[in-house]
Amino acid sequence: MKDKKILTRIKELRDSIDKPVKLMEVCGTHTVAIFKQGIRDVIPKEISLLSGPGCPVCVTAIKDVDVAVAIAKMNGNILCTFGDMMRVPGSKQSFFQAQAEGANIRIVYSPMDALKLALNNKDNKIIFFATGFETTSPSIAGTLYEAEKAGAENFYIYSTHKLVPPALKALLDSGEVRIDGLILPGHVCTIAGCTPYEFLASDYGVPSVITGFEGEDILQGIMMLLEQIAANKPSTEIQYVRAVTKEGNKKALSILNEYFEPCDANWRGIGVIPQSGLRLKKKYSRWDAAKQFAIDVPEAREPKACQCGLVLRGIKIPTDCPLFGRTCTPERPVGACMVSSEGSCAAYYKYGKFALGFTK
Amino acid sequence: MDRILLGHGSGGTMMHQLIKEHFAPRFEMKSLNDSAVVEGINHGKIALTTDSYVVSPIFFPGGDIGELSVYGTVNDLSMVGAMPLYITVGFILEEGFPIDDLKKILASMAAAAEKAHVKIVAGDTKVVNKGKGDGIFINTAGIGVIEKETDISPSRIKPGDKVIVSGPIGNHGISIIGERNGLTFEPPILSDTAPLNMLVRDMLNATGKIHVMRDPTRGGLATTLKEFATDSGYCIVIEEDLIPVPPGVRGACQLLGLDPLYVANEGILVAISSPDVVDSLIKVMRKNPLGKETKLIGEVQEEPSGMVLLKTSIGGTRIVEMLSGDQLPRIC
Repeated sequence: MKDKKILTRIKELRDSIDKPVKLMEVCGTHTVAIFKQGIRDVIPKEISLLSGPGCPVCVTAIKDVDVAVAIAKMNGNILCTFGDMMRVPGSKQSFFQAQAEGANIRIVYSPMDALKLALNNKDNKIIFFATGFETTSPSIAGTLYEAEKAGAENFYIYSTHKLVPPALKALLDSGEVRIDGLILPGHVCTIAGCTPYEFLASDYGVPSVITGFEGEDILQGIMMLLEQIAANKPSTEIQYVRAVTKEGNKKALSILNEYFEPCDANWRGIGVIPQSGLRLKKKYSRWDAAKQFAIDVPEAREPKACQCGLVLRGIKIPTDCPLFGRTCTPERPVGACMVSSEGSCAAYYKYGKFALGFTK
Repeated sequence: MDRILLGHGSGGTMMHQLIKEHFAPRFEMKSLNDSAVVEGINHGKIALTTDSYVVSPIFFPGGDIGELSVYGTVNDLSMVGAMPLYITVGFILEEGFPIDDLKKILASMAAAAEKAHVKIVAGDTKVVNKGKGDGIFINTAGIGVIEKETDISPSRIKPGDKVIVSGPIGNHGISIIGERNGLTFEPPILSDTAPLNMLVRDMLNATGKIHVMRDPTRGGLATTLKEFATDSGYCIVIEEDLIPVPPGVRGACQLLGLDPLYVANEGILVAISSPDVVDSLIKVMRKNPLGKETKLIGEVQEEPSGMVLLKTSIGGTRIVEMLSGDQLPRIC
């Protein structure tokens, strides 16, 4: 079996490196996959895996949830969202709670479903809550293109889109946590390609491998990182070659760039990161819910004692948080990392072996 | 007349006409009394169950709400080792519901009852105002008989027991999610809706050492196993590589961010039996068309109590928990 060979090589490499190795998986999908495949059970214990800021639901600012709730409560408005967002707590309410109070909020699987709803309900205003990284944002741009063609006057988006590379840059600039290597998100890179991540190795000297999501992919990604660390030759490599190219998906990027431009963005638990978000360009502001609905909500505060920010920055692991598994559970989440199925805390809670008395 | 009107639930002539024209002939009801009088229940134990069906969409690839409402109740009875005999049915129809759709659903229920060898013997119809229902809701209740020596219950689960599943998982849930969201799969993913009573009969005839059975509907295989683990106080260990997940279901789950272990099924069962009979039991099950893909997927251990563990393909282990609510689609 191929994974046996990879594991043997990982052990060899591990023995040739004279310090413990700290790797960070940036993407929430990886965090979940690592648990689901039981990767920690099979790799040497000197290799630790940290979860990073790569769950778009978790990093959506509380204020954005509050604004969206306020928009959803306006008469005649229908807020459409991906299902993951429904339970994320705002200052006062999550989408689910607002929905129970009568706000018109619907779960969709694709932004095109929201556009369809707009075309079939001309008397309502349909607002799509656009969350996600580079994997999702081009499909929103594509939907705007279709909305324009169909003349959907009643369709809006509320963009909380985020970009991965600026967040990684901020993380490394902060120097808060030592990272020996980065497991980069395969899905995001199918769109963005490898180029935007090359600075990680060239400017910061951090080995980086764009990795797929099967068990064998992840093991191979870890092996490639260890090869770089052992040889002391950092570079940005692609393990997930069956889906990722150096340039990415040019068509998706061009439609994205037609509608959106980078802007400073507030990441829940982290704060404002320069040029890390996407907003609609000025010429498309008629689609922009943030501009079209004059909503003013008070500044939001993170719940007390919630350590999501430190978890998202890799400084703490979920079990370090005093709320974890006690006052904060998937049924009654306090922080966003416990809400999303791909949040670090939810993954640790659901798949971790804490119930068995293990701590890591 | 092509749509249900409020008058159809009035108790007056319109309702009688609806019953006489559509319901009674379909289900071969001899009398239109409110209660059915049945024969043939002279056993020591009888099983009773009731279940309501609110599935949306009402027609989906591989089935519809009608046959689902018959098979669901047949299966609930079968899972305690009962042979289902009679079913009652209650309809809640929304004003404006197309009579053609009702006819299709009734035909499908009649066919399902015939296939499952049960009789639909009593019924009720109510009509609610437009906007107060979602087209059609169906409640069925059923009665079945249990042989004296049959004892199916999680309390009989013991360490060393083997866990088997009668077929591939995830087909029903994915067919519904697909239909609901306008996704089509190639080849199509069809609901596995089926009556399990004949398969159960074969199993019970083969051995008395089946300790527990359940059909993993809402919440999927993971939830059913977790229920077994909690109720018995033992640990259930399953192996990822042994669990039959059809490629189409696996692909759709990846696309939608779902875990096939939690996706609903309507035509398979999970059983836990003594280790000494498991091979012969699997052989018997594979001879039945509904059990031809029966697989051994794991076993029961003493510790850790109340947990379900899954051994992954690469040799790791993870905990399998219940979901807190519905599985929600992921966003990236």
